[in-house]
Amino acid sequence: MAIFYILLLFMIIGAIIAIETSNLLSSVICIGAIGFGASIMFLFLRAPDIAITQIVVEVLGLIIMIRATISRDLTFISGDKEFFGTVISVVIIFVIFLAGVQVFETLPDFGTPIFAETPGAASQTYIEEGLQRTGAANIVASVILDYRAYDTLGETTVLFTSIIGATVILRKKAKKLLEEPEL
Amino acid sequence: MKGMTIIVKTISSWVKMLIFLFGIYIILFGHLTPGGGFAGGVILASSYILLMLSFGREFVEENLPLPLASKLDCLGAFLFAMIAILGLVFGGTFFVNFLYQKYLPGQPLELISAGTIPLSNIAIGLKVGASLFLVILTLSICCKDFKPNTPSDGKE
Repeated sequence: MAIFYILLLFMIIGAIIAIETSNLLSSVICIGAIGFGASIMFLFLRAPDIAITQIVVEVLGLIIMIRATISRDLTFISGDKEFFGTVISVVIIFVIFLAGVQVFETLPDFGTPIFAETPGAASQTYIEEGLQRTGAANIVASVILDYRAYDTLGETTVLFTSIIGATVILRKKAKKLLEEPEL
Repeated sequence: MKGMTIIVKTISSWVKMLIFLFGIYIILFGHLTPGGGFAGGVILASSYILLMLSFGREFVEENLPLPLASKLDCLGAFLFAMIAILGLVFGGTFFVNFLYQKYLPGQPLELISAGTIPLSNIAIGLKVGASLFLVILTLSICCKDFKPNTPSDGKE
């Protein structure tokens, strides 16, 4: 259990540094450190699928963000914050924290599956019958590609649509049109 | 000279095939070991991005030009949708695992098992790999000679 608190502390410190530092590159690297901490945490929670995805996407995202920040001369945000706005955001964060404490008290204990308290939950069926009904040894694959395949179809559609949008907006022809609007 | 130094170029030309093979392994064994289509596709894309960072954009564009990557992206999405529709045709329900239930049950823990799940993994891997490669390629094409016309706000 102690490893989780150490990792959590590491991630919180990384997040604070990422917000407070004035150098954009070190802020990006701190965000990367948070992601790697999350992937180690998934590994300790026995979720290797999510850990692999997290670490791979984190590396790719870091490359994109570093390329985007290094080559540009971006502005640094400076100046004092307003007193009233700060008070309002602190109050809202405190209210959300209180509500979160109430919600987390109803959850099952850390590390116990949800069907230990509510028998007949859907996850119990997946774990017990997943291998016979779908034939996949990896239970995660049988959930995301057989039981919940609609979810994966939606994800694929979202990715496809966003890539089409990015390719259309950022293509060479559009850039030429932007430079010479009379064409 | 385009790209990075000769050390980076040599190392990345050794490592690129290993990363690509690892991505294929993660995709093909997605129904047996941790991983799957999404993670494997990102690894496939990252092998190309390593080449792009070390050798420059033109080198990668010769091997995998943007229209081809776009077609691969569409092919992956099409294959995934076709697997779902074939479930409707042969099994009676959209997305039903018709191969496992009727035609090819296979033994658990073998490579050819679990019916349509490996096929879906391959389709998703193709789709995710091509589309993440497209993201980086379009960003680097767009930002290649990006000169803001307006006076920059950063220098006051």
